[in-house]
Amino acid sequence: MAEITIRNLRKEFGSFTAVQGSTFTIADGEFFMLLGPSGCGKTTTLRMIAGLELPTSGEIWIDGEEVGRKPASQRDIAFVFQMFALYPHMNVRRNISYPLVSEGMPRARVREKVDEVARILGLEHLLDRPVSGLSGGDRQRVALGRAIVRNPKCFLMDEPLGALDAEFRERMAEELRALHDRMGATTVYVTHDQLEAMQMGDKIVVMNHGVVEQFGTPQDIYDKPATLFVAEFIGSPPMNFLRFGGHVAHGATSVMLQHHTLAIPAARETFHGDLVYGVRPEHVRFIDDGPYRGEIVATEYLGTTQIVTLETANGALKARIPADRLARVGETVGLDFNGATVSLFDARTGRAIRSDLNEGILSHG
Amino acid sequence: MSAHSITEPSVRQKWFAGALVAAYALITLLPLLWIIATGFKSSSDAIAYPPKILFEPTLEGYVNLFTAQTRQSPEYLAQNPPATWYEAIVHDKGMVIAGPSRYGERFMNSVIIGFGATFLSVVLGTLAAYAFSRYRIPLKDDLLFFILSTRMMPPIAVAIPIFLMFRNLGLSDTHAGMILLYTAVNLSLAVWLLKGFIDEIPREYEEAALIDGYTRFQAFMKVVLPQAATGIAATAIFCLIFSWNEYAFAVLLTSGTAQTAPPFIPTIIGVGGQDWPAVAAGATIFLVPVMVFTILLRKHLLRGITFGAVRK
Repeated sequence: MAEITIRNLRKEFGSFTAVQGSTFTIADGEFFMLLGPSGCGKTTTLRMIAGLELPTSGEIWIDGEEVGRKPASQRDIAFVFQMFALYPHMNVRRNISYPLVSEGMPRARVREKVDEVARILGLEHLLDRPVSGLSGGDRQRVALGRAIVRNPKCFLMDEPLGALDAEFRERMAEELRALHDRMGATTVYVTHDQLEAMQMGDKIVVMNHGVVEQFGTPQDIYDKPATLFVAEFIGSPPMNFLRFGGHVAHGATSVMLQHHTLAIPAARETFHGDLVYGVRPEHVRFIDDGPYRGEIVATEYLGTTQIVTLETANGALKARIPADRLARVGETVGLDFNGATVSLFDARTGRAIRSDLNEGILSHG
Repeated sequence: MSAHSITEPSVRQKWFAGALVAAYALITLLPLLWIIATGFKSSSDAIAYPPKILFEPTLEGYVNLFTAQTRQSPEYLAQNPPATWYEAIVHDKGMVIAGPSRYGERFMNSVIIGFGATFLSVVLGTLAAYAFSRYRIPLKDDLLFFILSTRMMPPIAVAIPIFLMFRNLGLSDTHAGMILLYTAVNLSLAVWLLKGFIDEIPREYEEAALIDGYTRFQAFMKVVLPQAATGIAATAIFCLIFSWNEYAFAVLLTSGTAQTAPPFIPTIIGVGGQDWPAVAAGATIFLVPVMVFTILLRKHLLRGITFGAVRK
């Protein structure tokens, strides 16, 4: 197994820059998520790590070796494709054994290894079946089998659950994570599904327009977003943004919105201009006599909680509150924000203002 | 699929469709049946008017096709009674067999040149199509159009330059020359057809093979080729039909060693009067290889035609 380091990785297709100067490190044995909307460069990054695309510039280190210019066949990695890419003219056994055959492994040994992998993945009864008749979940297991059979240095997965039905997804996500924990293999996983990323990942890189927006643990990325994009992309519903013009001084613990004082984590820099006050829906509370008020325009009942949409002087806002709190459309309520969890952003650049909350998180460069 | 499903045709529609197909089959098959029948007629039956539908079949045409004959005196014929059934047929006309005709040779030339050109077209076409399909090639669209444009005029339009070129290069009346020529003509069709087929094969298959430790060539051989088999078969049929049936260049560029069957068959007419049964026999036998080849690959051909039209 191996550590993977990406340094200033860049990829251009003609005049289009798919990835611009990514830098991050994936620790040995980590389940690492590359997250972002479609077209953000996450798949291109993964394909460069795999050797299916050559980087325009930059370095890729796998297990202490620079492999940026090496062909895929020499990198000792395994790749799981979104559409599985099982060889359609071969049965399950031959599909799984294919990477071993290329190494020239003796037949008896190949058989043994394939049987072992089939046992791990519960594929024993399917080994002699053609792959064309398999269900989505079984195809995915065969694709995983082909990946793990060789004990590669790392697993690269390109939205491996994307082609599965919703019911299978959940199950395969659990199986994948369990398999990873059992094998302890470094895994790089591309997804556009933030829930999947939060659920399964040890670390997440959030990308947008070819740029790494943030790199960190799911908790850090959720609680301490480095940019407006991350704050909006992660979380469902996303973080609320109250836009205002104002001033924040170094050390300040509150800001003024519509002549109301709202709490923030102590600022670590001074900023003047257009700001965004970002607060997660679960950190919004209803209080009867609060000075900052909003009018309820819609409610969504979710069982234990409900999502209440309100209209405030600074724009729409969603609150996640207990389901038993009565919320009627048309009602005006006072709002209280948990100041310690708030992020402030520079509205123009989208950058988070440094504070006690996110200090140390934003220094990724 | 379900979105495009249509209602089951009614009985009347089925009858109508059946009748239409039958009528079309009759029109296309009748000349073929006539040729096959003529091959088994005697010389007089072949030119009888009104045409004879019912006739006494004879292999005279086939014997004439495969043999060279000379007239002999009745005394000689009486002294040398025929030893075999085919000698007997010739004997009855007052002739003896002097040796085999040129037909077998010409037929073999057709086989060598037709299959050779088909093989070469498919190999080169597959490689070129793969490159066009998978690599970023500068001016790709222009190159593809250029390749296609070689089909835009009738090949015979360049007959004179090719004739001169072949003469200077010593390629006239050689197997290699004809194979090269037919390959050149077929190649544009092969590249375009095969590019379509290879475009339909997801790249992920090869990429999976590359990651599984295979070189690009191995991935091509072991993963792409089996997937493209259908398209290759369909392309091979089209290429073979063209090179097999080609007449104009064959007349122009071959006369002896490398002469193919199409220019040879008409010359049979001249041997011993208008021997239509022999011509028909030659044409019938000439039909066989391309028919067998097509029937063998017909499953692929059908799949090939609809390939890519339906996506799961």
